[in-house]
Amino acid sequence: MYDFAYHKPTTVADAVKILAADSDARPISGGQTLLPALKHRLNKPTSVVDLSGIAELRGIKRDGNKIVIGAMTRHADVANSAEVKAAIPMLAMLASGIGDPAVRNRGTIGGSVSNNDPAADYPSAVVALNATVVTSSRRIAADDFFQGMFTTAMEPGELLVAVEFPIPEKAGYAKMRNPASRYVMAGAFVAKTGGQVRVAINGAAACVFRQKDMEAALSANWSPAAVAGVKQAADDMNSDIHGSAEYRAHLVTVMAKRAVAAAG
Amino acid sequence: MNAPVVFEGIGASPKRKEDLRFLSGRGNYTDDINRPNQTYAVMLRSPHAHATIRGIDTAAAAAMPGVVAIYTGADMVVGSLPCGWLIHNKDGSPMNEPGHPPLAQGKVRHVGDIVAVVIAETRPQARDAAEAIVVDYDVLPAATSMAAALAPGAPLLHEGAPGNVCYDWHIGDLAVNQAAFAQAKHVVEFELVNNRLIPNAMEPRAAIGDYDRSTDQHTLFTTSQNPHVIRLLMGAFVLQIPEHKLRVVAPDVGGGFGSKIFHYAEEAIVTWAAARVNRPIKWTADRTESFMSDAHGRDHVTKARLALDDQGKFLGLHVSTTANMGAYLSTFATSVPTYLHATLLAGVYTTPTVYAEVKAVFTNTVPVDAYRGAGRPEATFLLERLVDVAAKQTGIDKLELRRRNFIPADAFPYQTPVALQYDSGDYQSTLAQALKTADWDGFEARRAAAAAKGKLRGIGISTYIEACGIAPSAVAGALGARAGLYEVGAIRVHPTGSVSVLTGTHSHGQGHETTLAQLVTDRFGIPLSQVDIVHGDTDKVPFGMGTYGSRSLAVGGSAMVKAMDKIVAKARRIAAHLMEASVDDVEFDKGTFRVAGTDKTKSWGEIALTAYVPHNYPIEEIEPGLDETAFYDPKNFTYPGGCHICEVEIDPDTGIPTVINFTAVDDVGRVINPMIVEGQVQGGIAQGIGQALLEACAYDASGQLLSGSFMDYCMPRAGDVGTLSVATHETLCTHNPLGVKGCGEVGAIGSPPAVINAVVDALRDYGVTHVEMPATPAKLWHIINSGRQLAAE
Repeated sequence: MYDFAYHKPTTVADAVKILAADSDARPISGGQTLLPALKHRLNKPTSVVDLSGIAELRGIKRDGNKIVIGAMTRHADVANSAEVKAAIPMLAMLASGIGDPAVRNRGTIGGSVSNNDPAADYPSAVVALNATVVTSSRRIAADDFFQGMFTTAMEPGELLVAVEFPIPEKAGYAKMRNPASRYVMAGAFVAKTGGQVRVAINGAAACVFRQKDMEAALSANWSPAAVAGVKQAADDMNSDIHGSAEYRAHLVTVMAKRAVAAAG
Repeated sequence: MNAPVVFEGIGASPKRKEDLRFLSGRGNYTDDINRPNQTYAVMLRSPHAHATIRGIDTAAAAAMPGVVAIYTGADMVVGSLPCGWLIHNKDGSPMNEPGHPPLAQGKVRHVGDIVAVVIAETRPQARDAAEAIVVDYDVLPAATSMAAALAPGAPLLHEGAPGNVCYDWHIGDLAVNQAAFAQAKHVVEFELVNNRLIPNAMEPRAAIGDYDRSTDQHTLFTTSQNPHVIRLLMGAFVLQIPEHKLRVVAPDVGGGFGSKIFHYAEEAIVTWAAARVNRPIKWTADRTESFMSDAHGRDHVTKARLALDDQGKFLGLHVSTTANMGAYLSTFATSVPTYLHATLLAGVYTTPTVYAEVKAVFTNTVPVDAYRGAGRPEATFLLERLVDVAAKQTGIDKLELRRRNFIPADAFPYQTPVALQYDSGDYQSTLAQALKTADWDGFEARRAAAAAKGKLRGIGISTYIEACGIAPSAVAGALGARAGLYEVGAIRVHPTGSVSVLTGTHSHGQGHETTLAQLVTDRFGIPLSQVDIVHGDTDKVPFGMGTYGSRSLAVGGSAMVKAMDKIVAKARRIAAHLMEASVDDVEFDKGTFRVAGTDKTKSWGEIALTAYVPHNYPIEEIEPGLDETAFYDPKNFTYPGGCHICEVEIDPDTGIPTVINFTAVDDVGRVINPMIVEGQVQGGIAQGIGQALLEACAYDASGQLLSGSFMDYCMPRAGDVGTLSVATHETLCTHNPLGVKGCGEVGAIGSPPAVINAVVDALRDYGVTHVEMPATPAKLWHIINSGRQLAAE
């Protein structure tokens, strides 16, 4: 780890001020990605802005037909939240399956969503549930937020504040874990909200994406059988020592089928 | 009132004495040790697999805060890290043995090869300075795989090893072997890979060099399985420090699995540099360094042919193996594919002729050496897969084929065609017991039930033997070993009767502090709490060869028995004197000396005290004191064996294989502590399942390690192992005083073929004869998918 300055602001405004003034400053929430990168000297920020002192970033509330989750809310809190379990049980289930207990007790939704690791869990829920990402300066629709591997619509100095999830009629999530890292190798989040079907695929490609053929199939017939026949093209799938693009493309269909079954 | 006496001797399962210390964070590992005025070393490692070094500029780094010294190969010109086993080629010439300098001398040969060492006041300062060193590399093409290294025009690693060949060795009579094949009814041909593994002990390697200029005494604290061997290798071959000026301490060590047997460059570097800077130097590997510098394991490619007669009797076996040595010869690398592999190729079978040839190859990868089982897992995987393939090809049931070829229980001692003489075993019985425990006969019903749920279920078996307790020194020497393989035990009875045992073996997870103490409790009749096992310090323990090859109990325990014999003999003479009886009339049992047939007794404590306070003592006949040492050189290897059965279920949609249950019935000889044996076997099976299903060391063609962290290298987790049923079936070793054989490696040796045989059985409808390890979900899905496509066409 290289030396860096450490800040612990207590308001979003103060955090944004520090981040805006220094393009090499990095915010830290649960630290589950940034800390290993710092330890391996893969990242050399001038300063680290610790968001854990900002009370307004934490917490879960139901707001009409939405669940609003503050950026600093830990995975374990989402997994155990009575509001989330009642309104979007599949979101609580997703959170309960991120990493291991140590990760879930440190990692946060804001960190996961703003990092946009292709193998993370949350981005699939954000896209499939058509959530809105609330930042320190604006509101961004899910379809506009995730732009590529580790890339989002957020600008330097912009801070993720909360994620608003509309409550769906149906939602399901299934994933295949990478045997070594236990990150997502291929996952599918399916949801029907206000009659609209969305299918988000994570883990399999460079960035979470909507599988529109599956959305069309499920719109016509909400059943595992409807997606079972929809093949994912292998062209843009990841390929590495753990699995070929062809294998991942196949897993996309398997996971979508299981997600629909889980959604009921 | 006294507490009730609990039996803690041979056959009891007292809780491990060392665990309170380990589980409560009170262990004392090398990195826990800090010496006054200590500095920290960081190794600058090559990012290239193969390159010449045109220059190293350390000027900027040397000027950085806290830097004490920086050394490169130009500064450290010392002996080569030695190889401990000389192998000869088929033509009788010695193997090619290129040097292995601790710091690179003008050339690097694998990613992780050490180019420079930075010594600084703090570890971060040393790391900062290491990043500031500028190395001018001329990158060369790399040979990462054995095939690439053996190809015409391949990049040459060492001038002294043309064609990148270390040796081309063989064993067995080829003419006799060919004659057997000429008579065969069936010939089964088969090729397979034994996958390369990365050991990943929980504790990364570490070393502290310390130097006392007043006495010219060097001390090395290190994560080693054999401190005396390190003292010998480093002192005599690398740094030219005589034994009486070099102390090596291996304190608590958090796992080794073989990877901490070897003498590593970092040990020599910190010892050498500590004397130069006249300050202690600590080096601790981070996990990334462990991946790229701990010796890897396995990595064989083998072609085999098995000849059978019309009844399925094995007539002959012919094996051709290429074995990856990595970039340099690690300490025992050369012995693994030869004397620890080819000599096991008779297995548990009466195959009358076995011929094996082994070509050892240099590649631009981390050195490869012994890893739990070392050569014997490779032999067992080959044989037990080959027998299954032969069963399929001949149409003979796979159990029946094994039974027809087993060495019968009344045929021991049994001389194999590949040098070894097995002393005991009962393979029909271990097979029968395992089949019953695993409910083999009920499998087809379970397979059908699984199929009804859409799952592919398979069952696999492995009947194996291994050789451990290595070995008679004379035999090892004749086979090329450059060291003896005896063991040392010293029994020090203190004046109040408690006992310190000084053993040359080393415990790094095995529980010696309990098992070895049980031998003393059993013999002397004193409580376990009164016995301490002292190991891991060359200044305390007279000598020793260390712990590997499941040898600690069979060889080290036997040395203790010899020393205890001497103690009892002397104690009886003291007791005879005190009781005014003839020595021949003094009996000793459970801590009491008694004149036979009388009520005259003396306690253990009285005799111990008398030995040290010899007021009434036969001083003309014997010396005071009760402290005896024995060296024990075994007459033979020991031969544990047994039967492993694995049942797996594969999800055809994802390819995920799940171990449903695993049954092991192992003959490890006499069991001293059943709980510890069960734990050792469980751990070995977990590693075997890891090799079979999960662990894959992968390099790319340029020599970069793709599986360089736990993100990509898959270690077994509890959930991967399934339900384990571990039992023992004893036949006693006939040539050591305890009748013990060894249990440390059987799990890792017997299990991989059982797992893969189960996977192949699960895929029996898909036209599969073999699946290479690890059988990952992706690999299995591709097999299932192509099988489905074949069916559809």
